Amino acid sequence: MDYFLQQLVNGITLGGVYALIALGYTMVYGIIQLINFAHGEFFAAGGYMGVIIISYLSAQGMSPVLCIALGLGLTMGYCALLAMAVEKVAYKPLRSSSRLSVLLSALGMSIFLQNGLMLTQGVYDKAYPTEMTAGGFHFGNVVVSYMQIYIVLITAALLICLNLLVFKTRIGKAMRATAQDKVMSALVGINSNKIISLTFAIGAGLAAAAGIMVGFYYGSVNYSMGFVPGIKAFAAAVLGGIGNITGAMVGGLIIGMVEIFAAGYLSSEYKDVFAFIILIAVLYFRPTGIMGENVDDTRV
Amino acid sequence: MIHEFKKRWVSFGIGLIWLFVILWPLLGIKPEGLEFGTTFALWGKLAVAALCIMIVYELNVRGVFDGAKKAGSAITGSTRKAYAAIPQWLLLLILLALALVFPSMTGRYGHDVACNVLIYVCLGLGLNIVVGLAGLLDLGYIAFYGVGAYTYALLSIHYQLSFWMSLPIAGCLAAIAGCIIGYPTLRMRGDYLAIVTLGFGEIVRLILNNWMELTNGPNGLSGIKRPGVYWLDMTNGWTLEHFWVKKVWMYYYVILFIAICTIIAVYRLNYSRIGRAWEAIREDETAAELMGVNTFLLKLLAYASGAVFAGFAGAFFASRMRFVSPESFTFLESAMVLAMVVLGGMGSIPGVILGALALIALPEVFREFDLYRMLVFGGVMTVMMLVRPKGLWPAKRVGRRSEEMD
Repeated sequence: MDYFLQQLVNGITLGGVYALIALGYTMVYGIIQLINFAHGEFFAAGGYMGVIIISYLSAQGMSPVLCIALGLGLTMGYCALLAMAVEKVAYKPLRSSSRLSVLLSALGMSIFLQNGLMLTQGVYDKAYPTEMTAGGFHFGNVVVSYMQIYIVLITAALLICLNLLVFKTRIGKAMRATAQDKVMSALVGINSNKIISLTFAIGAGLAAAAGIMVGFYYGSVNYSMGFVPGIKAFAAAVLGGIGNITGAMVGGLIIGMVEIFAAGYLSSEYKDVFAFIILIAVLYFRPTGIMGENVDDTRV
Repeated sequence: MIHEFKKRWVSFGIGLIWLFVILWPLLGIKPEGLEFGTTFALWGKLAVAALCIMIVYELNVRGVFDGAKKAGSAITGSTRKAYAAIPQWLLLLILLALALVFPSMTGRYGHDVACNVLIYVCLGLGLNIVVGLAGLLDLGYIAFYGVGAYTYALLSIHYQLSFWMSLPIAGCLAAIAGCIIGYPTLRMRGDYLAIVTLGFGEIVRLILNNWMELTNGPNGLSGIKRPGVYWLDMTNGWTLEHFWVKKVWMYYYVILFIAICTIIAVYRLNYSRIGRAWEAIREDETAAELMGVNTFLLKLLAYASGAVFAGFAGAFFASRMRFVSPESFTFLESAMVLAMVVLGGMGSIPGVILGALALIALPEVFREFDLYRMLVFGGVMTVMMLVRPKGLWPAKRVGRRSEEMD
């Protein structure tokens, strides 16, 4: 039972991280029907930027909590700028060409950013100052580290903010309108280029937060860390129903849980296989994902 | 005019500022303190390069190069006329002759690169059937390559089967794998197909990586036999002599043979009833179905026949490396093959060959800048898509997909 609970805690933590990354995929896909391969790189860049900023701030003698909070905010801002630049350079000129060429452009950007990170930061793992968040609670034999609590809390806060933004504000309404029908929303005066740019920025900001939390959780970051979580988060987005924000959260949690439980009870080597098998099985029986998809149907 | 001019330079300036903002935190923030030197040095170089490009572009817009351009277009026009005058079979013959004498012109390194290019030509043409003709986005294509490679490796190690015997078996197994992957996925629409095939590709790689008893896991399989060839021996009468392919140039001829067979097969398929049906599915699936095309069967066939060529290429790869490991079958390889197809021009055979040449041979040229090779590769991929979104050599027979019509 203890083992089960421990795995449950780990699964929720990992699922939260996947959900944060998956949101970027799903929002971008919902709005321009692009699998943004460079998204995993925003996550990796977030991980690096986090360790750079946090170690700089803590060297200046700031308190750990302030360091992490400020680091989180600055990193999210940085990755948002990066994503907007990438969107402007690599995706915007291709808005009217075939989807495959945008996909390839995204792939090229992914390789470019990954190698850019490698060249500027080196090929070796970069260690996080994990002593900042060391320790945890013990419930019987179940250990909940402070980092896990931080991850769950920060994830929840970000998800609530996003939900408020998307469903309660004018900007969110404009985003939803653009996702539903770009032409019509442009006709009623929504600047769709700005909205698309903003969507990229928000998605990358969430991915950056996930990058920092993964860095603290596993203790280090690497330039190639974006790829595998990126694929799994995309799987999570598809699982939940692409373009659907709630779906991405649910899908992320499911993929995280499946991975942790498969590793814990079945086989740790094949944990990724189980995640993909679940994805394929769900899509076979429900081709539009668990929560149903939400994309611009006028194009299909 | 003046407005355009202003707009260009303003966005140029904004772009440079963004570049600095993105670059500086990566280079300049250190735990010891902030520093700007390295960032400014790098940024300055990039800014000067960008400025040069902008000036050339500006002069081009102003019409400074018009004279040169006119002369250039006259030359290309006349060469095109000359080119059109040469019959096609002669061109193909010249290309074939060039391919045949190629090994005598280069050294071992050149042969090595040429082998790689030809392997990827086979892979690209196979994927071209799936993506270019049938319009199904497949991101796990390299799995079939892996299946082919492992099939030959295992057959050779455990059953001492020869390369030429294993080749059809590798193709068949890859085709079966294609059907297994295709069957559950073909009900899905475009991008779902992409993620599911990606998932399947990863599953195959993980199985290869973890099934220790069969595949020896990440350590890979070694001790794979070389292909054997019968050759006319004229030293003592006319006899057929059997020898093992040892030198790289011999491997080159083996893969050249496989590649030519692939090209002919894909060409024939492309202009057959089946090929037309695939293209109909690509252009509009519903309409194709209404016209009596059995879309499900044909999509499955596209997967299977695409996989066959990957299986052949995989078997050759195993025989050439004489070693296989799961490392060779990562997603990046799938992405490379897809890049060849899209970069070359989807559905166009010369385009895919050109794409393979560009993506394998060009990075070799930059071998000296090893660190920057992949960075440049990624950047060039994006720039190519921006400049020529339809590919280097677009196919003639391509309509607009119904999905892309607004």
